Amino acid sequence: MSLQSHLARVRGLGSAKAGTAHWWSQRLTAIALVPLLVWFVASLIGMAGADYYTMRAWVGSPVVAGLLILLIVATFYHAYLGLQVIIEDYVHREACKIGSLLLVKAACLVLAMTGVLSVLSILFKG
Amino acid sequence: MQGENRPLSPHLQVYRPQLTSSLSILHRITGAALAVGTLLLVYWLAAAASGTEAFESAQGFFGSFFGQLLLFGWSIALFYHLCNGIRHLFWDAGLGFELPEVYRSGWAVVIATGVLTLLTWIIGYIVYWSA
Repeated sequence: MSLQSHLARVRGLGSAKAGTAHWWSQRLTAIALVPLLVWFVASLIGMAGADYYTMRAWVGSPVVAGLLILLIVATFYHAYLGLQVIIEDYVHREACKIGSLLLVKAACLVLAMTGVLSVLSILFKG
Repeated sequence: MQGENRPLSPHLQVYRPQLTSSLSILHRITGAALAVGTLLLVYWLAAAASGTEAFESAQGFFGSFFGQLLLFGWSIALFYHLCNGIRHLFWDAGLGFELPEVYRSGWAVVIATGVLTLLTWIIGYIVYWSA
């Protein structure tokens, strides 16, 4: 006898009905990153050797700040989805796998937040 | 889990590396490298947000030999992952699966990576010297 209900016993055992979500998010972020990265690398080339004030003036424009934030979010989302697959492929011990997945997710979140907040602080402080 | 000793597939040691398999694993390797490389981007932005001094030292680091080497490696990885990623998107759309096409697009990715990386650095240095 178990205190668990029949529903609780079967819940989570079947398909999660989200089989394509990971694949789809990875492709969408990939497509978004193509123009964002072309723009970003071209801007970096144009700013080779730029000083502090030039760089801040560049980041401080609303269009650039917006695109940078989109770039950061798409990059870290895409990076997490990719690293997740790598970990799931090579790390088979359950505790290690969950641990490294959470660690990578946390690292991506912290880095993405740092990047976005840096852009916003430059934007609002001018 | 009795995992540990189960055989791995494919048996990497009996295969001769081919363009297709090498480019495939390179996509994963450059992806992981780029994930680490995001540290450079965040460092640069955070330094700019922190003030003149932090930004100067960041620029000093990126301008040093080691910094330039890191950025060069980052640019190769980025252009490779970008070009090969577009190749993957074509496959996702169901295009280019015939073996000759797979090899053609593979070489195209290799050449595009080289050309884009060289162009980036040549133009970058021209901009830098003329600034």
